[in-house]
Parts: sequence; C-alpha cells; structure tokens
Amino acid sequence: MEGLHHDTNLDEEKTASKPKDATHPSGPESSVEGDGAAPEVVEDKPDTPAAVSQPKDSVAPDEPEQVVGSEEEESDVFANKAANQNLSPGSKIELYEQMVRIRRFEERSLRAYQQGHIGGFLHLYIGQEAVAVGSVSAMSKDDHVITAYRDHGHALAVGMDMDECMAELFGKKTGCSKGKGGSMHFFAPDKNFWGGHGIVGGQTPLGLGMAYALKFNKKKGACLCFMGDGATNQGPFYESLNLASLWNLPVIYIIENNGYSMGTAEARHSAGEPLARRGDAFDIEWSVSHGHDLYEVRHTISEALERAHAESRPSVLEIITYRYRGHSVADPDQTYRSKEEIEEYKKSKDPISLFKEKLLKEGHLTEEVAADIDKRAKEEAEASAEFAQASPFPEPEELMDDVYWETDNPEEKKSSGTMFFETI
Amino acid sequence: MATITYREALNQALAEEISRDDQVVLMGEEVAQFKGSYKVSEGMLEKFGPDRIIDTPISEAAFSGLAVGAAMMGMRPVVEFMFWSFCYVAFDQIFNNAANVRYMSGGLINVPIVFRGPANGGTNVGATHSHTPENFAANTPGVKVICPATPADAKGMLKSAIRDNDPVCMMENTILYNLQGEVPEEDEFLVPLGKANVIREGKDLSIIAHGKSVHTALQVAETLEEKHRVSVEVVDLRSIRPLDVETILSSVRKTNRVLLVEENKPFCGVDAQIAFIIQDQAFDHLDAPVKRVSAIDVPQAYSKTLESFQIPDHDRVLAKAMELL
Repeated sequence: MEGLHHDTNLDEEKTASKPKDATHPSGPESSVEGDGAAPEVVEDKPDTPAAVSQPKDSVAPDEPEQVVGSEEEESDVFANKAANQNLSPGSKIELYEQMVRIRRFEERSLRAYQQGHIGGFLHLYIGQEAVAVGSVSAMSKDDHVITAYRDHGHALAVGMDMDECMAELFGKKTGCSKGKGGSMHFFAPDKNFWGGHGIVGGQTPLGLGMAYALKFNKKKGACLCFMGDGATNQGPFYESLNLASLWNLPVIYIIENNGYSMGTAEARHSAGEPLARRGDAFDIEWSVSHGHDLYEVRHTISEALERAHAESRPSVLEIITYRYRGHSVADPDQTYRSKEEIEEYKKSKDPISLFKEKLLKEGHLTEEVAADIDKRAKEEAEASAEFAQASPFPEPEELMDDVYWETDNPEEKKSSGTMFFETI
Repeated sequence: MATITYREALNQALAEEISRDDQVVLMGEEVAQFKGSYKVSEGMLEKFGPDRIIDTPISEAAFSGLAVGAAMMGMRPVVEFMFWSFCYVAFDQIFNNAANVRYMSGGLINVPIVFRGPANGGTNVGATHSHTPENFAANTPGVKVICPATPADAKGMLKSAIRDNDPVCMMENTILYNLQGEVPEEDEFLVPLGKANVIREGKDLSIIAHGKSVHTALQVAETLEEKHRVSVEVVDLRSIRPLDVETILSSVRKTNRVLLVEENKPFCGVDAQIAFIIQDQAFDHLDAPVKRVSAIDVPQAYSKTLESFQIPDHDRVLAKAMELL
C-alpha cells in the first residue's frame, strides 16, 4: 500500500511533488474485494427524505478528534514554504474558521435534509474542507473557480454566505439561484465562482474556457477547475487536457481524490495510478499531494498558480482527501467501505483537527478561541437554517424567469415569436 | 443589393461581427488554414489572424465546452460544427451546460454563444453525417434554434444570433451553400429571430416549411399554380424557437388548408408541434386535416437512389398537396 500513488519510474523532475504516503487510509486493495459483485445501492435515488435511513449516530457532528502527531515534520516543511510563511496569525485563524464554518454548515444541512426540508441529493464535503479553503485562499483577483456537484465547501470558501446557500438547499426564493439550482448548482460570478455542475466531468471543458477567456483578454489569472477522482474517467476531461496543453491555457485541474467514485473504490474504477499522471501524456505538470494538510494544499496550489500566471501553463493536481459521509445522503455508505476506515481517517487525518493542532503549537490559537469559532460557526449555520425556513418559496410564475436573457429583458428584446410552448 | 451565395453571406456576417466586436471569435475544425470544410470562412484567417479564427482539434466536447465557458465569462464565440451531426459527442456541453446555466444560476450568468454548421441529408454521406437535430435542439428550453433558407436570412440571422445574449443553434444546409440570392449590403442588416417569412403569397393552400424544404415548397407551388390553377402560400419559418405562431395561424386562417414539409424525421419533429398548435388554435378555420411530409422514418440511407426517396422531393410534396385539394 505504501507508495501506491507514486509507484512509477517517471522522471522525478517532471512532477512537482510526490508524497510518500499519499494514500487512502485502507488503500484500494482492501476497500472492496474484486468479486465483481455490484454494490447493492450505487445510485442516488430520489428518495423521499423520510425513506433515507441513517444510522442513529450519523446525525452526530463530525467532532474533530485529538490527532496523534505523526505528520509533524512534514507539516513544518509546508508551513515554511513561500505560500505560508508570510501568513499572518489572523489569516491563519481565518482559514481555520472557514473550515469549521463549512463543516458546521454541512452538518446543519444534513439535519435539515433528514427533517425533510431539502429535496433531491445532498453531497456533503465533510472531511475535504482543507482542499477548498486552502486552494481558494491562494487565489488572486483574476483567478476563477469552477467545480462539480459537491460544491458547498467551495461556495463558502469564495465568500458566499450561509443564508443564500442554505436557502437554495431549501428551494427558497432567497437562495443563491432563487431555488432553481439546488445543492449541485451554486453560483456566484461576482466572486469568480462559476458553479456548481451536476454532470461528472462536464465542467472540465468549461474551466478550460474560463482560462481561455482570461488569456484572450490578457488577464493575469487562472481557472481552478475542481473535480473528483471519478471524473478522471470521462472523455471530455482528456479532450480538455489536450487543448489546455496545446493552447497553453492557465487552467488548473484539481482532482479531489476522496477514494471513491460514488461507491466504487479507485482500484475498481481506474487503471494506472496515480490519476494525476494522466496529465503526463499531454506534457502537463502534475503532482500528488495531501489534502488533509492545509499548508500543503496552499503550497501545491500556489505553485500551480505561479505556473499559470507566469508561463500560462496548465497543471493537474491530485489531492488525496476523504469524505466522511456517503456520496450523497441517500447513500447508505455501508456496502463499499467499513466504518473503521472512516474512523481511522477521522482520527489521524482530519484536516480541521490537524490545522488546529498546528495553530495551537504555533501559539496563534487557544482552545478558548477555537471553542468560540466553533460556537459561532454553529450559530451561523443554525441561523442560516432559520433564515431558509422563514424564507418564502418562489411563486409559480417565477418558473418562467431566468430561462432566456431576452425574455427577462423585454424592453431590449430584439426577437419576436413564441418562446415557450406551455406556460403558467 | 448584391447577389451573393449563401456561403458568402455567412462569411460576410462573420467578418462584420468579428470586426465590430472584439469578443467575437470563430472556432472549429478546419476553419482557419483550411478555410472551412465548406469554405465558409475563406479569407478570414488572413484578415483576422489566428487569435480570432481558431483551428481546433477534432474534439467537439472540449471546444464546445471551452466556448461555453468563455461565453459565461462574457466572450461571444461562434462554434462551427463541420456537421451538426458531430454535436452528438458534445451534447452535454450544449444541452446541459449552455442551455441550463442561466436558469440554474437564477439568471446570474448569460451564455452568448452561437453553434452553427450544416444539418442536412441529401449528400450521400450516410446515417452518421446526415442528422437534422433542430427538433431536439428546440426541445431544450434555454437555447434558440434557427434554420435560414436564403442568403439574405443566412446573413441577417447569423448577425442577430451573434449579438444575441442567449445560446443560438443555427442549422445550415450544405446543398444551400451555393444558392444565390440578393442580400442587402449595409452593415446593420439584421433579420430578427422568431419572424417567419411569407415567401410566396397565396389563397388556397399554405405550405409551411423550414430550411431547404422551403425551396421544395416553392417548386411545388409553381407546379400547382401552372398546372392546377391553385394559389399556394409558402411560409418559411426561418426560426424554430422562438416560433412565429402568429404568421402560421394567419396563413392557415387565410387558406384553410395546410401542408407541413420538413426534411426532419417525423416522430416528435418540428412539424408535430406545429400541427398541434394549428389544430389547437385554428381548428375552426381548417377545411381539411393538417397534412405533413417529412423524411422517410428510417436512418439516413447512403445510396443516392435510396436517399432521394427518403427526403421529401417535389413529387412527394405535390402528391400530398393534391390530397388536400
């Protein structure tokens, strides 16, 4: 298992970094044995919330646990990298707070889902917080973000507020997409955040286009295009890699490898590890790094941003992470991985606990401040649920809004004729 | 007015809009050095350079999606498909991403993009290259769909499409590329989307068509006039979505008999929707059932003999018209 993700004979110089233990806690070999049997439940079903059975303890928040410090030396290395050495204590605490806020938001949304306030799917980001927060915190003014359907963490990291996000989950008029997007489709173009996309890998050409538009308009910017490990097997991703390299586009593909494409472990969905090595075929710089260490994420992303800004070259960054919850809430999460595996990651690699330990050691954080941050994050999440609950649903006639720019702007309308063939 | 081909009309529209707006680019397979697979972009690389006229690899999903991403950021890309049939490998980018982003973002994001290229049978290239997807493009709220039939409309509608703030799918026809017609020369010659054209006035029968079928309809109208003294009105839809329902209905109210002609396959085709609208809104004005001629309902055939049977031609349309009289 050791060295699973870097057991190759590739030229070391071609890769930015290859950590020695960038693997999932149990490793693909042990995650699901290959008898070829399909998991019993592998598809999200539009279950009614009442039909979603959750183990009793699953409602309990994912409390950060005390972490035994086997990562100490490594974390010092990244703490002292250029991306992190000038971080002020205040900024570090803010990054910590961001991660805590995301986790508390997700936990509150899970409760709301179980209470029947949220329909459809709910893909939670719990366990992966350092990836979104670390990445977004390394961005400059002209850098942009696009991601897949597990998008709440990225949305909060770019500065969307909990109220508009929770209200969107509730399908309310006050939601960020007026209740028309839902969990998978959050957007905030004013914050350089372009969604929130539901089709696995479907956003990879869009991120490419954002990088293209930045370059075309001579901006010193890049597009961070997040995706999951499962998306690496979609065709448009490879087509995008080819164009990214061929046209020297400043796009950074960030594979948030949480080990599972829905309920299918990496060893069962992908040939040829590490996944990021696929960039090599297109002469794209690639690396594999840890997603549980916020400092390491910032370092990795900063290097790629530098490459994008200075050389207009793409990157493929595989960041090893883990999700504590199922693919979505409708996922029973019992068929394809063990409880022990989840507990082991929580215990040894929880990104929030690890960062807290570092900040305590650095003397920037105290238990009291941490407790206060946690309390405020819970209150903010609770308030967002109250806001969402109290907000009105959209009126039926709002169904017809936001389809076409032209029908929303009748005073500037140039076309004529019938646009809709069944209306409210 | 100058008499130019449909192909030249497209070229003029593209050149004028690329000159007018620095965010307009043309991209697609073979559009630059090769001058376009059908020479639509001839001379444009020399005039505008490789930053504006962009050769792509054969990689529709990537360059279509790239263009959608760029449009979300405010650019106005024109994506050329060598054939609309090739959009099938980019379906997610057009019909999920371009079509839905505005709605799913609650109106925060616009996608001012044009996808264009030929969508027709009749050239003996077999089933994979002969699709006419205007019906299922129009089945997707969020995109607009146009099928210009004349050089003037090709120019005026493409210019309107490029300036449009919503995604537009423009379906052309390789057989029409050499068609000549008069086209106004002024820079601001725009044909609005959603406005049908009564291309021939008549009083006994309405033939409603789009794309190349318009020309078949005009030939049949001539025959009926000459040989049967029947006065036929021909309505060129020009635009599928938005659809000029008013012009369709007023023609039906005038002639009381209607024949719908399209080269599309029949099931859930464009004319299925139009037939519904007519019976729903002009039932009392009909003196006969609505009749329809479409492509024969099998995959597009390769053999010239077979394919010419498959696509509605003068004789098949004439025979169906006679059933109505």
